[in-house]
Amino acid sequence: MEGVFFNNDNGYIEGIVRGYRSALLTGANYANLTQCDTLEDLKLQLSATDYGNFLANVPGSLSTSIIAEKANEKLIEEFRYIQKQAVQPLSKFMDFITYAYMIDNVALLITGTLHERDTHELLERCNPLGWFESLPALCVATNVEELYNTVLIDTPLAPYFKDCLSAADLDDLNIEIIRNTLYRAYLEDFYAFCKNLPNPSNEIMAALLDFEGDRRVINISLNSFGTEITREERLQLAPKFGKLYPQGTEALASADDIEQVRMTVEAVGDYKGFFDTSNNKSLEDHFYLREMELCRNAFTQQFTYSAIWAWIKAKEQEIRNITWIAECIAQNQKERIQNYISVF
Amino acid sequence: MSGAANREAVFPTRMTLTLMKGKLKGATVGHSLLKRKSEALTGRFREITRRIDEAKRKMGRVMQVAAFSLAEVTYATGDSIGYQVQESAKSARFRVRAKQENVSGVMLPAFEAYYNEENNDFKLTGLGRGGQQVQKAKEVYSKAVETLIELASLQTAFVILDEVIKVTNRRVNAIEHVIIPRTENTIKYINNELDELEREEFYRLKKVQDKKQRDAAALDAEMAATKAAQAALEAEEGLTASALSAPEDLTADHDEDIIF
Repeated sequence: MEGVFFNNDNGYIEGIVRGYRSALLTGANYANLTQCDTLEDLKLQLSATDYGNFLANVPGSLSTSIIAEKANEKLIEEFRYIQKQAVQPLSKFMDFITYAYMIDNVALLITGTLHERDTHELLERCNPLGWFESLPALCVATNVEELYNTVLIDTPLAPYFKDCLSAADLDDLNIEIIRNTLYRAYLEDFYAFCKNLPNPSNEIMAALLDFEGDRRVINISLNSFGTEITREERLQLAPKFGKLYPQGTEALASADDIEQVRMTVEAVGDYKGFFDTSNNKSLEDHFYLREMELCRNAFTQQFTYSAIWAWIKAKEQEIRNITWIAECIAQNQKERIQNYISVF
Repeated sequence: MSGAANREAVFPTRMTLTLMKGKLKGATVGHSLLKRKSEALTGRFREITRRIDEAKRKMGRVMQVAAFSLAEVTYATGDSIGYQVQESAKSARFRVRAKQENVSGVMLPAFEAYYNEENNDFKLTGLGRGGQQVQKAKEVYSKAVETLIELASLQTAFVILDEVIKVTNRRVNAIEHVIIPRTENTIKYINNELDELEREEFYRLKKVQDKKQRDAAALDAEMAATKAAQAALEAEEGLTASALSAPEDLTADHDEDIIF
């Protein structure tokens, strides 16, 4: 019965998203892209795909950053279209997706404010997906106290700030810690929200978010070797769900070297191959590959919101792939051009 | 370098000659010293040129790797990472110290890179994602900057040495082709003039002697003639006196004409 009502509100959107999903570049497309010798060739190859003539109006010579920017614009345009069609609870779900980008934007603006930069310039650097109405208001604040009391309170991120940070924290904590604390709060909130979605959205989203959370925990653990982040702080940054939670999270927080991390991570069956670097793949590559596999699997079920999340993640990965291939072509480093992640 | 024109305007005296000889000696010593300096500098210059070549090749490779590691960072973390790094960097971790190196009296600046170890501003950047790539890119770029610094000190040395070698060579050539010939010419001129003076002096002395001899001879002749005349006169008088009365003592009466 669920399906009947689902299509009532979301059938059109799901149709659109599945259309977008079929437009994702396939392995054969990537194989063609890697054969290119110049960025012009790349543009030609891309014009045969769903990207069409997205680079048509670029004056002058192409660069990788322009390609990435234009591809991003296309993604945002499609996302906006879906967002406009969405009704509750899907619209809330879409909002949640944008919160991740909002956190990045807010962190960017806070950094700028702390260093007294021209914040209007910063606004241009913000990710448009994470744009919200009061974002420019962040520029008005001149100090952190003010930022917190008058501006952040009105943003959608306010609950996350409220729960885990005070104005005093904002002043002397490293911005990276703030960002990751916010992100943890956001993930937990999103996880709780997804739990209440109708089946099968909740199951698929749980799997996807589990992985997202685990990835963050592992990364934070790896990146905090040799820094002054304490065990408690690390624990603070780890979301309270995921396949590693709770023992794994605990162990990762106190890990001091890569061996300990490896032991902990490999204890989880799904993550066993992550530290296998034999086929020239880094941990990051394994993460991306795993994420893409999860996203691909997310499309196997119908009547679910998770298709949108999976599509966005797949699209982002696709943009990264294109940027990577373009970068390899531009810098003439063909030997590593195969490092892209393609699962479709 | 034709004779008279190419010499210093000095009076040809013995003192100037000594002065000039001193100058020639100084010039020769200076010339050999400068020549040696120029050779040492040229040797160094060649070495630096070789090292610049090496450093430039190395720079090409290192910069390529660095640019690629940046691409990896962008792949792993997204676009805004550059800004985060810029904002979290407060003071320089990688610093340059300048010192001076002495090569045959030329001060060459040498730049030396060092790390400010306690300064590691953005080690938390990319904490949630891509932190390792950021650190790797940092290391690779530090290497690239090291190469650039090496190249910079070599290039500076190159320019300075080039200038100094030019100046030294100009001096060597000036001494070799202008100062030494001119001093030699001056010495030759002074010698000539002095010889000339000496010859004149000799001739003059000879003339004086000649004249003196001539005068003496004339005097002798005159005296001889007078003596002879006297003797003849005496003889004549003696004859008459002895004929009249024989004088008791010839020396008793004083005769003015007799010298002794």
